[in-house]
Amino acid sequence: MGACPTHIDVPRFIQKIAAGNVTGSAKTILDANVLGASCARVCPVEVLCEGACVLHGKHQRPIEIGRLQRFATETFYDAGGKLPLRQREERTQRIACIGAGPASLACAAELRQQGFRVRVIDRRPLPGGLNTYGVAEYKLRAADSLREVEMVRNLGVEFQIRHVDAASLAVLEREFDAVFLGVGLGAMHRLDVQGADSAGAGIGAAAGVSAAAKIVDALKFIAAYKAGAPLSVGRRVVVIGAGNTAIDAACAAKRLGAETVTILYRRQRENIPAFAFEYDHALREGVEFVWATLPKSLTAAKDGLTLTCVTVAQDANGRLTPQAGSEFTIECDAVIPAIGQSPLVELLSQVRGVTMERGRVIIDRATGQTANPKFFAGGDCVNGGREVVDAVADGKRAALGIAAWLSEQASEQKPARTEEHRG
Amino acid sequence: MADLTTNFAGIRSPNPFWLASAPPTNTGEQVMRAFDAGWGGAVWKTIGEPITNVSSRYSSIDCSAQRMMGLNNIELISDRPIEVNLREIAEVKRRYPRHAVVASLMVESKRKAWHEIVKRAEGAGADGLELNFGCPHGMSERGMGSAVGQVPEYTQRITQWVKEAAQTPVLVKLTPNVTDIRTIARAARRGGADGLSAINTINSITGIDLDTFLPRPNVDGKSSHGGYCGPAVKPIALNMIQQVLADTLDGPAVPISGIGGIGNWQDAAEFLLMGCTSVQVCTAVMHFGYRIVDEMIDGLSNWMDAKGFATLDDLRGKSLHKVTEWKHLNLNFKIVAQIDEALCIGCQLCHIACWDGAHQCIHVDRVSGPIDGPVELHARPRELGREKIAVTPMPRLDPPKQRVGPYATSLERIPRVDETECVGCNLCSLVCPVDGCIKMIELPTGLPPQTWAERTARLRSEH
Repeated sequence: MGACPTHIDVPRFIQKIAAGNVTGSAKTILDANVLGASCARVCPVEVLCEGACVLHGKHQRPIEIGRLQRFATETFYDAGGKLPLRQREERTQRIACIGAGPASLACAAELRQQGFRVRVIDRRPLPGGLNTYGVAEYKLRAADSLREVEMVRNLGVEFQIRHVDAASLAVLEREFDAVFLGVGLGAMHRLDVQGADSAGAGIGAAAGVSAAAKIVDALKFIAAYKAGAPLSVGRRVVVIGAGNTAIDAACAAKRLGAETVTILYRRQRENIPAFAFEYDHALREGVEFVWATLPKSLTAAKDGLTLTCVTVAQDANGRLTPQAGSEFTIECDAVIPAIGQSPLVELLSQVRGVTMERGRVIIDRATGQTANPKFFAGGDCVNGGREVVDAVADGKRAALGIAAWLSEQASEQKPARTEEHRG
Repeated sequence: MADLTTNFAGIRSPNPFWLASAPPTNTGEQVMRAFDAGWGGAVWKTIGEPITNVSSRYSSIDCSAQRMMGLNNIELISDRPIEVNLREIAEVKRRYPRHAVVASLMVESKRKAWHEIVKRAEGAGADGLELNFGCPHGMSERGMGSAVGQVPEYTQRITQWVKEAAQTPVLVKLTPNVTDIRTIARAARRGGADGLSAINTINSITGIDLDTFLPRPNVDGKSSHGGYCGPAVKPIALNMIQQVLADTLDGPAVPISGIGGIGNWQDAAEFLLMGCTSVQVCTAVMHFGYRIVDEMIDGLSNWMDAKGFATLDDLRGKSLHKVTEWKHLNLNFKIVAQIDEALCIGCQLCHIACWDGAHQCIHVDRVSGPIDGPVELHARPRELGREKIAVTPMPRLDPPKQRVGPYATSLERIPRVDETECVGCNLCSLVCPVDGCIKMIELPTGLPPQTWAERTARLRSEH
């Protein structure tokens, strides 16, 4: 349970399942992690709870904690279960959570449980952030993500669809007692190869996928098919990059009917940013990997695209050098770059008083508070892009930080009671 | 190969494994199949005036993965006519002359009725008679079964009646539903019993259905107290058998056929070591079938070979007198728990058990390798608990976690025993899920052995 970023009491919830108390089990999970249902599906349990299971020490397979958690939460929701309300003492302070992803949802739910008035603001038509738009369908359906969002809405959290820029953040700072920044990361890095802007035509026609593109970044690609857009990836797909999102996109392309899916990675297998079990999963899906390879240029071919690649050598310092004369081509129908998201530096750097470092918002780890005390932050915009469960943990910690800070503020306004409050 | 032949007060069988009087011995066809499977003897399902049974009849207790840890029944004696049972006994004896067939009997408490049934059973060829004074349900309401076995005078009188007529050995089956089973065993001996069977089932209600509020088993909206048996009752049976066999207050002990939770050769060996002459099995057969006897014979035989026992007489009763009264135990014997760090998986069940259920001497407070010897004294580090901020370790962002110490389990998760405080209660070694990880090691006290009896005697003499 120390291995879970949200500190779900794993022995307790499993014991409750064993005792035939599935309702109690689900409430134990959801009390610690309001997105316990989606985490049960998307968490890399191999490096978290199941990785810490003591049965490894007995050379046994770990307890399947993820599946047990999925059973408990889904049984609970399927039976019409709602998030249990901790208290109904309403408070007057208002908090805005920017972004409707896991960090904001967790923050909003916890604040609501403490009686605060909370508004979640996101530019996208559907809330849920990457749970709704970015996690591959085979792991988490958009409908399941939205069901969890409804649970948070049922607590009394208000949702608003609205684009937020630096100017509106300044207004929100004035209107609200505190603001939580759970904005995540920005768009995917653009594939910087010759011809990437002009080649090809027509992978899909909805949800941000241009009808004139055979190049679509992994997040847009996943968002499009999760939203149910009619998609055709063609027979031959190349995915650039070997992170967890690249694996998601490659497996999704396979499931959408691609005959061959090839992942190009500039370094070797042991260097991939994806988890080992994700890599194994991709192999089982039939995804092929080409190592030490950089894409160089794209040209339209009579029947699809021609991707010209070059082999690279890696020296002891990790520096990559293209090998002269090593060029080769791959014929394909679609190219899906998955080479990381860029931080929302432009937006965040304009927030008054908020400091950043290497594209990440700097916070106090225990409270989520930024250099501007009224702003708190968590999730990918703080940690540079980790897991849903990390965002949930950040959001919940920030909620507790906001509650503590607001009560501190309140007691400072009534100096006579300060001692009592702090005692 | 060890000789397993058994002679129980004159009843001979090729091995000590008998089927207890119960559904597995309901018919001749079953008993013959059982003998084919290897059973050495069978105590026939109790014969008496036919009864009418109810449905349902059984309920059970599961324990984790173990189904039927305890089985409860409200079935009565044989529901088939006496003459059918006796005809089948004769047929079985004709076909299996070397196997033991014991007729279990229960009739109304009249001398004439007992004389008659004894003669008929022996006339059919039964090798011995077992008097069912133990059935705790149904029959007891009619003045039979445990209604007899709970009153020493009745037990003695009916045993005497049977002995007046019997030519074959007579066993009295004892009920455990009494305050002191020895008083009934003595009464049976006074009545002339050649042997005893123990124990019969224990009064029980196994549980209640939380939807219907009906205790189990359900008979049209009502239940009744039943008889409990199976692995759960083995410790109770061993204890009662020890009590009876060690009791020589009014004469020497008689052979006992041990019953209660026996399901494999180890169980059987334990009952034989406690002094039983044969063992009887029911629940395990109802669960897994007659075939289990194959393993019981093979396992017992191999164990006897390994231990150098040629016959059952060589091992019988070897443990009986290793049970003593508490006042004769050595107060100066000290053992302490020792955790094998190389085997420990860091589950900390021992720590929890010791803190909450024992004597608070197993600590989780090690933070680094051995610096000041094998044991380090530290306060529990705060960052080990929920206070710590944990994140998903990403291959690119986070260096692999280093475990502390030389063992597979990180040292801060391996508990430490404070030997000065350890009372040697065994609890940690009982809860530990890893075989051999927690050993109880003798810590010499340097004191001569002294029992409570000796200590109080010395104190009395000093005053």
